[in-house]
Amino acid sequence: MSMSMYTGVREATADPGAPRFRDLLTAEWIKFWSLRSSALVLASGALTTLGICVNAARVNADRLADQPDLPPVPPGGKPDLPQMVFDPLITAYVAPAWALLMVVVAALGASVVFGEYTSGLIRTTFAAVPARRAVVAAKVTVVGAVTLVLGAAVSGGSFGVTQAILRDHDGMSLADPGALRAVVASALLLPLCAVIGMAVGALIRHAAGAVVSVIALLILVPQFFAGEQYRWVAETGNAMPLNAFYRLIVNPGRDYDLGRYPVTVAEAWWVYGVWWVVAVGVVVEVVRRRDV
Amino acid sequence: MRKPTFRRDGVVVIEAEELTKRYGTTTAVDHLSFTVRPGRVTGFLGPNGAGKSTTLRLVLGLNTPTAGTVTVDGRPFAERARGLRHIGALLDAHDVHGGRTARAHLSMLAASNGLPRRRVTEVLAEVGLAEATARRIGGFSLGMKQRLGIAAALLGDPPVLLFDEPLNGLDPEGVLWVRGLFRRLADEGRTVLVSSHLMREMEQTAEDLVVIGRGRLIAAESLGDFAARATGQRVSVRTPDAGALATLLAEEGAVVGEEPDGSYTVTGLPAERIGELAFAHGVRLHELSPKVASLEEAFIELTAESVEFTSSAGATR
Repeated sequence: MSMSMYTGVREATADPGAPRFRDLLTAEWIKFWSLRSSALVLASGALTTLGICVNAARVNADRLADQPDLPPVPPGGKPDLPQMVFDPLITAYVAPAWALLMVVVAALGASVVFGEYTSGLIRTTFAAVPARRAVVAAKVTVVGAVTLVLGAAVSGGSFGVTQAILRDHDGMSLADPGALRAVVASALLLPLCAVIGMAVGALIRHAAGAVVSVIALLILVPQFFAGEQYRWVAETGNAMPLNAFYRLIVNPGRDYDLGRYPVTVAEAWWVYGVWWVVAVGVVVEVVRRRDV
Repeated sequence: MRKPTFRRDGVVVIEAEELTKRYGTTTAVDHLSFTVRPGRVTGFLGPNGAGKSTTLRLVLGLNTPTAGTVTVDGRPFAERARGLRHIGALLDAHDVHGGRTARAHLSMLAASNGLPRRRVTEVLAEVGLAEATARRIGGFSLGMKQRLGIAAALLGDPPVLLFDEPLNGLDPEGVLWVRGLFRRLADEGRTVLVSSHLMREMEQTAEDLVVIGRGRLIAAESLGDFAARATGQRVSVRTPDAGALATLLAEEGAVVGEEPDGSYTVTGLPAERIGELAFAHGVRLHELSPKVASLEEAFIELTAESVEFTSSAGATR
């Protein structure tokens, strides 16, 4: 018999002894959607990116329709002016548009964590469920799942709509080499950025500081390491999620110069995976250890 | 239907042993040991900065102690899978996200502990927020936030309840209601620990007291014992033969202190005995009157050495 004098506990509120992960998921799900800003920010980010990509496809389709045909590729060789060959895949993944979506999703991920600290809600949360690891795991799962669905919708939607617009100008299908990879890599980019944002939010716990830091980490730092003078600089840049993303959406049907220290597709997937694992580890451990 | 009963006498529910918490060079809680028993309202008193909130956070496992332990029902609270069913806590009414509605806030807490949704409606009605369920918390007054925090504490129908300064921001009607609520919760056999920096808030509510100052235990006893001990026996005396009287009283073990107005305060002897001594030795008395200190005064006196911030000498008092 327990030491408790609380013998009149009601049936409905009896403690089964273990936390049910499903309960924590439900709680985080309610938490996520009960802030109006969550849906608003995600929807506006997604529609902006989608709009930019679709517009790019439309403009390119118009321009290509008015352009004379390119000279035929000489047999067994390369076209004389390879840079002039239109790449339809680029319109589905217009880089600045996707960088914008990365920032939006990462900032949202950060706010999901720092918002608990800045509001003080974190104390209420952990007083209700002291099992911090499980709470954070549920939070990562919910944010990851929501952003994955959003990523799949924007990536798939952007690919489908842009390639349909460009169907008369080498528009691609999912069966074409590199197409499915690009769609999947772009879909996965959003949960990856969201969880990186959560890790930064857990480390900094301050709204402006966390958002500035996550933008620097995801967008600015990769550009500092764009040089090829030193190998370590290039390799550091290669290890950033932004550059892994750029590598994974390259159209293998076009002959691009990938630089002096190119990343393989496999390496780029590894970058995704390692960043995911490290970010989840950081958010779980930092939140677990700190007094609130 | 049988009324739920939670009472089992002689049981200790909250037990702190040598609890210590340091932040850098500051010691917020210093080797603090105390127990809290069920079926009573226990007042947790101390001046501002005494370490009350830190102690409550240590009880809830929100902060990790530098040394010592604290258990709830024999186990550290952090081991509990579903906290709301063991402790209902209102630490700070502002520990909410202003963007959520009252209902959403409580719904997510209920979900996290696998509590039925109807509990949300029940506790909102119980604290008088039934009309405000769909309003965003950001627009709540402090009093409404306190009510919401109390609703969250009641959600899991817990055997132990912790409230940190729950009366802040409540109107007189709210204060009365909260006192009645604490009384009822304790009468049901639950353990109720209520912190405050004002003795007068506790006088009418608490049966037991845990008094701390600068993180250290000052008193842990029933309100009655505290009152008897702390208010002590103090007698105001005026006499032209102060030297003679002081000698007499010192022989009887009393302490004599001179007041700025020329009177003397005698501690440790009843007025009757002082009068008899003076009469027997021919010492003239111009005034002999027992002083009744209020509990608030006794509390201020006991914690005087340990207050973190005092107003400068001669300031309002």
